Amino acid sequence: MKSSIRKKISKNRKPDIINRFTGTKWVYSKTVKSYFFHPRNFLTRDPKKSEFDTEGLVGSPACGDVMRVWLKINPKTERIKNFKWRTFGCASAIAATSMLSVIATEKGGMKIDKALKIKPQDITKRLGGLPDRKIHCSVLGDKALRAALNNWFKKTGQYERVLVEESRILDPNTKTTEADIEEAVIEGADTLEAVQKKTKVGIGYPKCLPGVEELIRFYREKYYGREKR
Amino acid sequence: MRKNIFYFDYASTTPVDPAVIKAMQPYFTKEFGNPSNLYKLGREAKRAVERATIKITEVLNCRPDEFIFTGSATEADNLAIAGTARANCKAGNKIIVSNIEHKAVLSVCKALAKEGFEIVELPVQKNGLVNPEELKNSLDKRTILVSVMYANNEIGTIQPIKEIAKVISEFRKQKVESRSDENSRFYFLDSRFPLFHTDAAQALQFLDCDVNKLGVDLMTISSHKLYGPKGIGGLYARRGVNITPIIYGGGARQLHPGTQNVASIAGFGEAVHLAQKNRKAESVRIKKLRDKLEKGIFKIIPKVVLNGHPVKRLPNSLNISILDIEGEAMLLHLDDKGIMVGTGSACNSESLEPSYVLTALGNPYEYIHGSIRFTLGKYTKDSHVNYVLKTLPGIVSKLRRISPINLELERKEAISQPKAFVGGQTPHFLRKRQHKNK
Repeated sequence: MKSSIRKKISKNRKPDIINRFTGTKWVYSKTVKSYFFHPRNFLTRDPKKSEFDTEGLVGSPACGDVMRVWLKINPKTERIKNFKWRTFGCASAIAATSMLSVIATEKGGMKIDKALKIKPQDITKRLGGLPDRKIHCSVLGDKALRAALNNWFKKTGQYERVLVEESRILDPNTKTTEADIEEAVIEGADTLEAVQKKTKVGIGYPKCLPGVEELIRFYREKYYGREKR
Repeated sequence: MRKNIFYFDYASTTPVDPAVIKAMQPYFTKEFGNPSNLYKLGREAKRAVERATIKITEVLNCRPDEFIFTGSATEADNLAIAGTARANCKAGNKIIVSNIEHKAVLSVCKALAKEGFEIVELPVQKNGLVNPEELKNSLDKRTILVSVMYANNEIGTIQPIKEIAKVISEFRKQKVESRSDENSRFYFLDSRFPLFHTDAAQALQFLDCDVNKLGVDLMTISSHKLYGPKGIGGLYARRGVNITPIIYGGGARQLHPGTQNVASIAGFGEAVHLAQKNRKAESVRIKKLRDKLEKGIFKIIPKVVLNGHPVKRLPNSLNISILDIEGEAMLLHLDDKGIMVGTGSACNSESLEPSYVLTALGNPYEYIHGSIRFTLGKYTKDSHVNYVLKTLPGIVSKLRRISPINLELERKEAISQPKAFVGGQTPHFLRKRQHKNK
């Protein structure tokens, strides 16, 4: 097919994907499409160990998303010098990892402390939005990045920094953190069920549920005040 | 059909045939009458409905009064299952369906389960076929309805409907012979159950849907799968089968009240007529193209798995899993090149769960996430197939290059073991299910 015709087609096509069964629209923004069709900073092979300072992994092929990230870090300035990734997953997963790699390396590289605080919402925002239900499922890049940084802390003997990250994880299966719960509550989920819908916390690890419930109560009161009864 | 659109999702829906549009045209403005009126305009409309009914019932080989137009095949499935179940609940409360039925069937069964009906989802074999022997074993006195689809929408697998019908009719005979004396005056009632329903929405275009040859009591058909308009379907219900309506209204047509969609009905009739006329030639032509596509893909792309039965399959259907990459990403890349396909990947579904049909075949989730479905049709040309064969390998290798996983074809069983997952995780949809069961 000639490229001129191809251009014509892509102009005519609407940006929505409409679900076959429910008619729900799945909007992919121009930015998402750009980062999906033309991914940045990806690797086409697994690198040698010496090539990068650290690596992180999150997801499982059965869930439909796997992300591996490799970092090069300047130990003096603590900035991320290089961020490479490989992803198995849908368009939003690929676009989100792609965007994260740009966020982490732009402007001379992000400081580690700042990188640890990247939230899925930050990535989604830069992408110009993602279909709602894709956010918690596909935007795993921040978790992979944190895993990689943790590895690096261990490697460089900065164990006190590792602990900060690990202690925040409530559910080791989904790697849900306290911050995830806080965000879910801020987004309007005020019951355990609603929070689970958003974060999937404790579904495979019910042990953590009492703690999660307490946190939900805590954040609910913090942001919305005491319950009126 | 739009130019430069390479449509490979005919199982999803089809464009309306120009001849069908022509058949529909008069009933929008000129012959706009309500078929339930007696005056000329009404009579004309009624005649159009009758003509369409006859066109369809000729193909199904049934009487015109055994056919009901509905708003969609989903509605027909609902009417067939909820309608017969509720009408015959005194005869029993067990309903058997295959576990790869269309959601229209499975969902109405779920609703009936809440009303106290016992739903048995019969698992299919690895190739997607229902085993008639297994069905035989699950039939019992309380079974009032069996529903098995003629051809599956996702994998195109054709079920042995005749054999299943035979098993059911033998069971009915047996039931009559072994009846106990105190119930003898009801034996003739008993001998009608279980009823047999089949969803032939996908099948009607390519397969013989003679209800008497098949031996079914109820059959669902759809218009927009065979170049007719959307929003119209139909149900064949053998005379004497009791059905309770699921929608209520006035008029003589108790089972599907509401003013009839005359234009769509006229279009539906024409579409079925055309499909029957061209069935054999079209089937051969499309099968040739499908086989070329299938062979081409398997030849050029390594690590591809066919989903469903290799032979007992609709001639237009090809469902494959391309390993190591994800279906939605593939779909969007193909879409960018003008090729439209379907996928069973979780990422393409509302619930973020992978296709239940492909799961039922016993495939590991890793395979299902990489599934895509090509379904060919009337306007598929040789050049379209060539274009796909030229485009797809590039997309696959692009996505495989950035994918960190590398599954092995042979180790099909082992991959779904929890230890094979990164970090020993269980997939979120399984966790959800486990949690529910607790």
